[in-house]
Amino acid sequence: MKNTNSVDTKAIAEKYLEEIKVLVDQPYTVMEVCGTHTVAIAKNALRDLLPSQLRLVSGPGCPVCVTDSKDIDRFLYLAAQPNVITATFGDMMRVPGSRKSLQILKSEGADIRIVYSTLDALDLARKNPDKEVVFLGVGFETTVPTVAVSIEQAEKEGIKNYSVLSMHKLVPPVLKALAEDPETQVDGFLDPGHACAIIGSKALEFMAKDYNMPGVVTGFDGLDILEGLVMLLRQRKEGRCEIEIQYQKVVKPEGNLAAQAIINKIFEPVDAYFRGLGLIPKGGLGLRKEYAEWDAGVKFALPEFESKEIPGCRCGNVLKGQISPLECPLFARKCTPLTPVGPCMVSSEGSCAAYYRYAQRSVK
Amino acid sequence: MCLAIPARVLKIEDMMAEVDMMGNKRTVGTHLVPEVQVGDYVLVHAGFAIEIVDQEYAKETEELLVEEAMAREKY
Repeated sequence: MKNTNSVDTKAIAEKYLEEIKVLVDQPYTVMEVCGTHTVAIAKNALRDLLPSQLRLVSGPGCPVCVTDSKDIDRFLYLAAQPNVITATFGDMMRVPGSRKSLQILKSEGADIRIVYSTLDALDLARKNPDKEVVFLGVGFETTVPTVAVSIEQAEKEGIKNYSVLSMHKLVPPVLKALAEDPETQVDGFLDPGHACAIIGSKALEFMAKDYNMPGVVTGFDGLDILEGLVMLLRQRKEGRCEIEIQYQKVVKPEGNLAAQAIINKIFEPVDAYFRGLGLIPKGGLGLRKEYAEWDAGVKFALPEFESKEIPGCRCGNVLKGQISPLECPLFARKCTPLTPVGPCMVSSEGSCAAYYRYAQRSVK
Repeated sequence: MCLAIPARVLKIEDMMAEVDMMGNKRTVGTHLVPEVQVGDYVLVHAGFAIEIVDQEYAKETEELLVEEAMAREKY
């Protein structure tokens, strides 16, 4: 659903809000899985507009936030090595490891570059043949194919000084883990629009069939989200439990087959640690053996680090939707966007940063 | 992290497309949408076109992004 001018937008929003009020005749909890949704909900102050019976909780869809502390310490160790250029998306810079962050390492002289695309990282490798360029692979299915293309390209051109440290995560296994966690109190999901553009809505159908948890793959503006909520509530009213697509302009049931093919060519599912959720079987992606030459985890002798909780930080509970950021004792006191303690405050898409920036009033 | 921005394809050469992204020229990979044609609208994520979208949708999304950017400037 889209708007052409603000008058239309307001009228449509009011229509959806009216329908939601009628449909929410008993409590209903929705988890938004994607960090970009978290931001859209906060920005549009939807929690304040919606009836109190409809509870919105944030899920583990911010890839920076779910990166485990052992993986962070591992890439910080790698970034501090001489002769290594670390290429990363900007939102990883301030993520705290157990002692430092990329930003601190950079101020100490480590060569760390923020890139906009994996092809920029590959270009760094071309231009610095005497250095090792390592790209920090953090992201869900939306980002993974862009990383896969860079590895395919490196192979094609015979670029040997480029590698990827893969910490990629997958949406379906993390949803499965949430569905199997008895502490998850969620009636329906707003499923991630752009991850599903790649994997397709079919990849999430098991949630409805096996776990009786409906979902709507939803777009990213305020009206998209309201329509997604209406679609979820209509399912309950009509006694249906399905995975539907609100974001039809972009998402197809089968997804983007070209993107899926290149992901499968370069990567394979591996067990992965998630902050807050622990080990999720086949919850992440690692490079296939055939591409070990471009696998930073194989190429460099990296020590294993231990997972460590940040003292007092409740990002783990926030990521599972068990508490709202406002319930964390550090929120807006010790932990602010300028002095972040946990990753959910560091990443602009983290729930805590979104709550802080858009000054959420209500705790629901 | 999963943001995507609409853009119009101006030129394609060797899997790389020159696109008009809200008035700025950018070069993006077309590896994930091999069927893309000059004139198509695409959604761009992290330097790659990830999906082809229709023109009406792209224009509306673009307007919304501009509207948001302007609203942000006010505060």
